Amino acid sequence: MAFSNEQLERYSRHIILKEIGVKGQQKLLNAKVLIIGAGGLGAPAALYLAAAGIGTIGIVDADKVDLSNLQRQIIHATNDIGKLKAESAKESMQNINPDVNVITYHEFVNSKNILQIIKDYDFILDGTDNFPAKFLINDACVISKKPFSHAGIIRFQGQLMTIIPGESPCYRCVFKEMPPKDAIPTCRQAGVIGAMAGVIGCLQALEAIKFITGTGKLLTGSLLTFDALEMNFHKINLPKRNHNCAVCGDNPAITELTDYEQPACDL
Amino acid sequence: MFITVKGERKEIADNITVSELLKLENIEMPEYVTVSVNEEFVQHENFDNVKINDGDVVEFLYFMGGGK
Ligand SMILES: [Zn+2]
Repeated sequence: MAFSNEQLERYSRHIILKEIGVKGQQKLLNAKVLIIGAGGLGAPAALYLAAAGIGTIGIVDADKVDLSNLQRQIIHATNDIGKLKAESAKESMQNINPDVNVITYHEFVNSKNILQIIKDYDFILDGTDNFPAKFLINDACVISKKPFSHAGIIRFQGQLMTIIPGESPCYRCVFKEMPPKDAIPTCRQAGVIGAMAGVIGCLQALEAIKFITGTGKLLTGSLLTFDALEMNFHKINLPKRNHNCAVCGDNPAITELTDYEQPACDL
Repeated sequence: MFITVKGERKEIADNITVSELLKLENIEMPEYVTVSVNEEFVQHENFDNVKINDGDVVEFLYFMGGGK
């Protein structure tokens, strides 16, 4: 597929990069990336991935845009309040770049639908806001051997890691089991600085672009943490993939998905 | 002795355990914190008996559940 003059101009700052070039841009245009959650992390990731010319972007969210989202979910605007987030996100992405085919899923991921949803994608971004979803995405991606970016944010802190199933440690290698409900606060309970979602969501978008173009070193085998109050990035080298991991280990206990419920907190 | 905690070198008392280090570092809810020493995870049930040695590199990994 040859580039049109408009595409050559649109992607000129990518094409000039020796790490991307015409070939890399072609890979981006042929790639399929799924973003689970059109919220804080998903918003900046979706905008940059659309701008980058990812050919197909799936976006999964059953929520509607709420006024309290707009402090950080920059893909939605004030006049989007009440719209389905996936549709509002699609409009913003296609306004930036009509090259992009956006596929919307008006649902939340669960054990029944997730394998079917992730099946056709090359890379997946976890932009969800709860542990049952984060563990489900990890387990589904490991079982389906789908590379993905895990991330979490709270207050002035954020972290992310990239997982290549079967090669690098998975989320469950690091955090074996879900914490009890309400033991670890959510952004709703504890708050989050809006720009934190921007920082970490953009880092997830970068990982997707690096994976697709085969550029640089992925954040596999390490967890990158960011503390905005200290203005400190810290990369933690992780132990190798845990051969006893419940999902990515050599004899995994988890081979089928179930809907996880967070155990009630006894605190 | 000197150890590296969260990327920073610091001096601590000899002969302390992971549990004692968690206390010294004021780590809240250590039951939900993953600890690695020299790029090996320490199981929670061993926090009381695994000793920190001179030169060890210790990391604390926290749950972060937000994203939307
Ligand atoms: Zn694992």
